[in-house]
Amino acid sequence: MLQVAITNYIALSATIFFIGVAGVLLRRNPLIMLMSIELMWNAANLLFLSFSRMWMNNAGHIFAFLVITVAAAEAAIGLAIIMAVFRNAKNVDVDEVAGLRG
Amino acid sequence: MIGFIFLSVVLIATAVWVVTARKPVYSVIGLLAHFGALAAMYISLSAEFLGVIQIIVYSGAILVLFTFVIGLLSSGVDSITVGPDRMPKAVIPAGLIVLGSLGLTAYGVLHAATVGPRPGPSALAAQAGDANAFGSVADFGKALFTVHLLPFEVTALVLMVAVIGVILMTASNTPLGATAAQAAKVRREMREAIVRAGDE
Repeated sequence: MLQVAITNYIALSATIFFIGVAGVLLRRNPLIMLMSIELMWNAANLLFLSFSRMWMNNAGHIFAFLVITVAAAEAAIGLAIIMAVFRNAKNVDVDEVAGLRG
Repeated sequence: MIGFIFLSVVLIATAVWVVTARKPVYSVIGLLAHFGALAAMYISLSAEFLGVIQIIVYSGAILVLFTFVIGLLSSGVDSITVGPDRMPKAVIPAGLIVLGSLGLTAYGVLHAATVGPRPGPSALAAQAGDANAFGSVADFGKALFTVHLLPFEVTALVLMVAVIGVILMTASNTPLGATAAQAAKVRREMREAIVRAGDE
């Protein structure tokens, strides 16, 4: 039984999401930025599951499953990019990686 | 409700720890605790299958990947160099963005209208632990393989594209991977660009 009001879940999810936003905005280490992005994915997932539980509808579960898959792919590709950049520049400072700047 | 409050405190504290930790390894530890608490919260939302998947995929695969990359990045002769964080300069605009968005969300939550009927007790007839209860493996699998089969197939495609992309980017003898000469050229250009940027 959903004894906790849905608004509590929304507030919790938003808080975690914006902690992740703050991490991406403030940190310079690309690994920690990627982890902040993972926090944001998971905040969205939590909301999917809360609403899924609220309406007793499976679609939210399917969507959360897809989000987990895409998050895994994103983490793998992001880490590969970090590795490629580090191999070429010996430096993982995101502000100095400007090779693609027009 | 007590469980929700406890898990919320753990979730928010570990999220803050992930964002403020000094080294990425500490962030990984914080993220591990975060995902554990999140899995508990999924199970409390009767999403048992996704709670297990959360632990297997995130704690088991993604965090191990992060740990490996941290190990690879710090295994060389040169330790990685990361500039100082943008805390002092950017904390005010970033804080404004974050607090403003959070305020908007809070406003939306407090003024949300209730839409549609709430599910009645009949929807809860199957007890948790039943094979066909909401969120169980059977329930989830039935939905995944019947109604939502196409998204499932697309997931396989996404994962395959990601695997191919990662191999192309990280392997050194592929068309997209940099050869040693190309890498040296890029490194020289980047160094010159940094010197130029310093001059301006």
